[in-house]
Amino acid sequence: MIEIKNLTKKYGNHVAVDNISFTVEKGEILGFLGPNGAGKSTTMNIITGYLPSTEGTVTIDGYDILEQPFEAKKRIGYLPEQPPLYMEMTVAEYLDFVMKIKKVKQKGKSHIDDIMSLVQIGDVKNRLIKNLSKGYRQRVGLAQALIGNPEVLILDEPTVGLDPKQIIDIRNVIKDLGKEHTIILSSHILPEVSAICERVIIINKGKIAAIDTPENLSQALTNERKLIVRVAGEEKQVMKCIQELEGVRNVEVQGQEEPDAIDYIIESEPGIDIRKPLFYVLSKNQFPILMLKPLTLSLEEIFLQLITSEKEVINSDSNI
Amino acid sequence: MIAIFRRELKAYFFSPLGYVFIGFFLLLSGYFFSVSNILRATVNMAVFFSNLSLVFLFLIPILTMRLISEEIKNRTDQLLFTSPVSLTGIVLGKYLAALSMLLITLVITGIYTIFLNIFSDPPMGEIITGYIGFFLLGASFISVGIFISSLTENQIIAAVASFSVLIILWFINWIIPYASNPMFVKVLEWFSMLKRFEVFNMGILSLNNIVYFVSFIITFVFLTIRVLEKRRWS
Repeated sequence: MIEIKNLTKKYGNHVAVDNISFTVEKGEILGFLGPNGAGKSTTMNIITGYLPSTEGTVTIDGYDILEQPFEAKKRIGYLPEQPPLYMEMTVAEYLDFVMKIKKVKQKGKSHIDDIMSLVQIGDVKNRLIKNLSKGYRQRVGLAQALIGNPEVLILDEPTVGLDPKQIIDIRNVIKDLGKEHTIILSSHILPEVSAICERVIIINKGKIAAIDTPENLSQALTNERKLIVRVAGEEKQVMKCIQELEGVRNVEVQGQEEPDAIDYIIESEPGIDIRKPLFYVLSKNQFPILMLKPLTLSLEEIFLQLITSEKEVINSDSNI
Repeated sequence: MIAIFRRELKAYFFSPLGYVFIGFFLLLSGYFFSVSNILRATVNMAVFFSNLSLVFLFLIPILTMRLISEEIKNRTDQLLFTSPVSLTGIVLGKYLAALSMLLITLVITGIYTIFLNIFSDPPMGEIITGYIGFFLLGASFISVGIFISSLTENQIIAAVASFSVLIILWFINWIIPYASNPMFVKVLEWFSMLKRFEVFNMGILSLNNIVYFVSFIITFVFLTIRVLEKRRWS
């Protein structure tokens, strides 16, 4: 549905986007993660045809964004970082204008009403946009992107400025839309991306640092299986029991959260599930397990790890 | 293009801008009509038009300053440029909206000719030719204004710069008497908008003057489109 090949954008000598390639399948929700200035918005601006690329191509449903801009743009709904709103218009007037410039002929008024109820802005439809709060403006911006029911939605930080309840509502809206639309969404809120997206691209300094499902990303980076276990009992004895188990590589004390119980982090050999033997050995020695859960890296940690590891490479280069 | 034209025209009346333009233009034109036609008891509107052309210098920049600069500042250009609309369509829609404001205002001043017709027998051919020249002069000024508006995202700068450029175009006429080189005089006279406007004002409808104004307008509208194009590619 969306095909991006060797995309590069230079501003003079500054390379904002550096040779990025990826494809997004129909009906997929792709997350775009990266620190500020990583090139997320630039990439989105190129995909939507707002900026031309220096090199490389963007194809939407077979139409090149620069060669056949009208056909490609008809298929895209775009919510930029700052919603493109005309402050002196009312919400209804604005959406009507968007419908006209997007040359949407279908349905007319009921189409706008449907979208307004979907993003819950029906109650402000006759108010001037300049008098709306940030959350409402953001939702009007989202409504604008949905006009004409485009096959591809490009959303640049869609939940910025919303309150927690609205964030959950909008996430559900996006998830629902993802059933019929192809969506690229950028965010700096990592749980959001892992909650909504089927695939994540982590972008740093204009380059793709990683591209995978949120689960695979967590697993790939946690090479060894780690467990966190809370056991009641005397520290040294418990340690000894665990260390003697087959397949345990390392045990560390993480700390104490409850009285009389200590949290341990157990690292096992790859391919060995030590949960059952662990249970038997501890119960035999009458050390009750109060908690046992696998320790996977959250997206936050993966994100930091990817970005900092790249930094270290650069630092070590400059030291030489 | 039609959607952009309609939005732009409405936008003049959503803000005080449209009312300020029409209001002040009619106030000043009323003053000039009283002074140059009623008090002098003449049906010749040439003096009225030349006086009023000065008002264009101040008021046209107000009409054009926000046309493109505001879009860039509010980032609404992202909506326009990612919609299936051509740059030419966007610029023409905006230009025609400003032009319509001018036309609406000029049609209102048509009331004066009705007065003239009630109390006398004015030379309507000359007056209509004067109106055509006046409209073309205003249309040219608007094309300069929209071009300058595309160069900056600050409306105030757009207004001041347009005003300055229009003043310079005006100055060309004032330099002519001081130029000694006959060739130079010829070039200046050829280029001077006011000289050409005065020909209309004398009641002469000449094709080459119309072509001059129309090509002036097309040049600046075209330049505006190129500026927007370049802004994206840079």
